[in-house]
Amino acid sequence: MNKLWNQVDLSWQWLTASGQWHGEESIPHRLFQHLLYSGAALLFAALIGLALGLLVGHTGRGGFLAVSVANIARAVPTIGLVLLIVTVKYSITPQVIALVALAVPPILVNTFEGVRGVDPETRDAARGMGMSEWGVLWHAELPMALPLILLGLRTSAIQVVATATIVAYPGFGGLGRYIVDGLARNDYQLVVGGTVLVVLLAVAVQLLFAALRRFAVSPGLRGSARSS
Amino acid sequence: MEIDWGWIGEHTDSLTEHALTHLRLALFPVVFGLLISLPLGVLCRRWRWFYPPVLTAANVLYAIPSLALYMIFIQYTGLNESTVMIPLTLYSLSVLVPNVVDGLASVSEPVRQAATAVGFGTLRRLVQVEMPIAVPVVIAGVRVAAVSSISLVAIGQLIGQGGLGEDIFRGYQLNFPTQILAASVLIVLLALVTDALLVAVQWLLTPWARARGRAS
Repeated sequence: MNKLWNQVDLSWQWLTASGQWHGEESIPHRLFQHLLYSGAALLFAALIGLALGLLVGHTGRGGFLAVSVANIARAVPTIGLVLLIVTVKYSITPQVIALVALAVPPILVNTFEGVRGVDPETRDAARGMGMSEWGVLWHAELPMALPLILLGLRTSAIQVVATATIVAYPGFGGLGRYIVDGLARNDYQLVVGGTVLVVLLAVAVQLLFAALRRFAVSPGLRGSARSS
Repeated sequence: MEIDWGWIGEHTDSLTEHALTHLRLALFPVVFGLLISLPLGVLCRRWRWFYPPVLTAANVLYAIPSLALYMIFIQYTGLNESTVMIPLTLYSLSVLVPNVVDGLASVSEPVRQAATAVGFGTLRRLVQVEMPIAVPVVIAGVRVAAVSSISLVAIGQLIGQGGLGEDIFRGYQLNFPTQILAASVLIVLLALVTDALLVAVQWLLTPWARARGRAS
């Protein structure tokens, strides 16, 4: 208990030290970098995952292949990809690719499952009302798949926010800087402080998605999503 | 980027050794995670109010970067394998607990009542009826947990326990992409084999699903 309290005390001292709030090394600057890397990765991953998931889910073709490839992609060690890319080209832009690879599978699989899970009778009813294939996808399948899609996006967002810390290892910025530097200098306070920031960010992501769910999901569908 | 095939040929022994360590570091946590999740999931089904706080706690744990969690546990467990295994066990809970709960929820009410009607007590019904029916959903969770655990172990190398992570970091330090690539590909292969084995386990544990497949 004593050790735990010590950690809380250390991180509080670190967070409130005035030096943390200005300049290149400051928390706002590191947080901005972290959000930039994670945001870019998530945006690209969402574009890829949603497009493929909707396409495969709607047509029903290639579902097994898409899910299998996504599951293999889950196995790729992000640190291996990050360090491999660095040995080829030292730049932050390609590093985002490693984070995209991490974020696509949950989005793709959940989008696919969400669209597949739409009751065929509902789909037929939408066609019967004279909707085009786009209309069926846009007005029937997408809204009904939305709870699962949001869950997939949330899983990816949390993974990316937590994992973006490792790009600090080969020398890039973001909140991982504090953890990696703390590790190198044996400065425990720095490690715990950085960790607390990442966890707070992840909690903020959770809250954001809870809010999104309230606003975006049709009232008739709430409470129907299951995680996968 | 050039791949040095000769290096891979000369280092099969050390790669195999690292791969075995890697599997041990990755899979024990999933087993421990399952041993914790099964009773926890049963409790969450019994007392519904218990589930949301457990789920939130598991999700918050999942959001802590592995790098940081290893560092925090060093204070308590030192520089050894348990420092890598404990965080991985905690991560697995965020997948396994919801799947155990969903799996138990997938048992239909008539089945439950039928079990009671033929004289099953609560415990026997749980072990002989509800658990087997929950197997497919639970195994789906175990597959995700095992695959992510295998890919996460590599970071443990920062505290000296990384299995194939050792080759990833060594390759980076020596600026030798072949070693990073070989280790990463091996990690993906380990995950694929483990995943296939888990599918086989599910096949063995659910003979009724096979019978149904043959009948239709």
